[in-house]
Amino acid sequence: MSFEIPEDCRFLDSHEWARREDGTVRVGISDFAQDELGDVVFVELPAEGDQVTQGEEFGVVESIKAVSDLYSPVSGTVVAVNDDLVDAPELVNEDPYGDGWMLDVEIDDESELDDLLSPEAYDDQIA
Amino acid sequence: MTGRTPPLQAVHEDAGASFTDFGGWEMPVEFDSIRTEHAAVRESVGIFDVSHMGEIEVTGPDARELMQRLTTNDVPALDSGEAQYAMITDEDGIILDDTVVYNLPPEHDADYLFIPNAGHDGQMYDRWVDHRDEWGLDAEVSNRTDDYAMFALQGPDAEERLLDAVAEDQRTTICGLNRFGVVPATVGGVDCLVARTGYTGEDGFELIAPADEADTVWEQFDCQPCGLGARDTLRIEMGFLLSGQDFDPEDDPRNPYEAGVGFTVKLDTEFVGRDALERVDAEGVAERLTGFRLVDRGVPRQGYTVRDLDGEAIGTVTSGTMSPTLEKPIGLAYLPVEYRSPGVNVQVMVRGEPKKAQTQALPFLDR
Repeated sequence: MSFEIPEDCRFLDSHEWARREDGTVRVGISDFAQDELGDVVFVELPAEGDQVTQGEEFGVVESIKAVSDLYSPVSGTVVAVNDDLVDAPELVNEDPYGDGWMLDVEIDDESELDDLLSPEAYDDQIA
Repeated sequence: MTGRTPPLQAVHEDAGASFTDFGGWEMPVEFDSIRTEHAAVRESVGIFDVSHMGEIEVTGPDARELMQRLTTNDVPALDSGEAQYAMITDEDGIILDDTVVYNLPPEHDADYLFIPNAGHDGQMYDRWVDHRDEWGLDAEVSNRTDDYAMFALQGPDAEERLLDAVAEDQRTTICGLNRFGVVPATVGGVDCLVARTGYTGEDGFELIAPADEADTVWEQFDCQPCGLGARDTLRIEMGFLLSGQDFDPEDDPRNPYEAGVGFTVKLDTEFVGRDALERVDAEGVAERLTGFRLVDRGVPRQGYTVRDLDGEAIGTVTSGTMSPTLEKPIGLAYLPVEYRSPGVNVQVMVRGEPKKAQTQALPFLDR
């Protein structure tokens, strides 16, 4: 099975992605991760204004069969949270890089993005 | 642990299944999605490979006596072609396993068949043989687990789907088969045992087929293949017990009254554990398997602590999930009997956070 890996995203080896947007970085989990988890039924995310740190836990995603911690690909301040996931956690399965996004982060240090896996390197990891 | 594998593992792999270890067996846990598979069984029909379940046959003049003395239900009450749910208990009345006991139809070579849980077949075979020898009974015990494949066809359309697959002259028999009835039937030209049993709360059938012809039987059913993930969610909605979680003789020994299956205990029969269970029945139990739903957001999981509203621990979750049918987080826990009534407020510790929960009557789903 092949999984979607957008060219404009960077990845943690724990399967979270980061994408530079206008002035912020958007965060979610990869197509591969949502497929491994199966039906997502619950997502626990930080609040706007909270701080997240690269490589550290920022929340939890639960599928019917498993619980997984979420790790932040970047450090900074949470400026937006995808509230749609409260009532429709299945968006993570349906559109992991789109409507299933999780956080927008005002990043402290842009160079952190260079620490993340490129699409090619992530593709190799999940192959 | 080196996994035992079902005869159709390669077929399931080709169908895109993911696998998990279940009682020492490497079994398909998910084919498409648990939600899709679960919905297929509740709304139409799905088929499970449950070849990890054990099959032990008991034959001979004392077969009935041996079955009676090692299971809690009333074996002599079973006519040929009938089955019953029963517990296998030790001297203290502790559940070692739950099982279905079949009094096999006359066409079959063996007199009785019972189905231990995955990975328990060796232990139960030894238990039967040891007691047979100790009691000097004349019965042959055969562990046929590796000889048979077992499939569960479950859902409101299961009968219709089975009728398409059985030999034409057997269709009337299948239509007339009562719940817990078992008959020989030819499926795709293969001689099988077909029983109106299963584990989902829906109408359905379990098919026992020779392992070397398993693929022919499986191919007769063009319907949603389902993994053990969906089996778990279907089971818990009905409050059915899961071996190793809702009873575990090693880590959390429980008797049938605590586990809510006292209806399988027939105290007017003779079996190992009867005297202990008579005392439990007279004295009552302190704890009982209790259903609850989470009121707050979250998912209860096995091992989470249940507390009273003062924060004192009163039990541990044995099974929990997000119910695909009810779209609510539900679970089972052994709680003090005063929590048995529905609607009692408790807390479940979800990753260190107390979440509001409320006791619920079982089954969660009205079937």
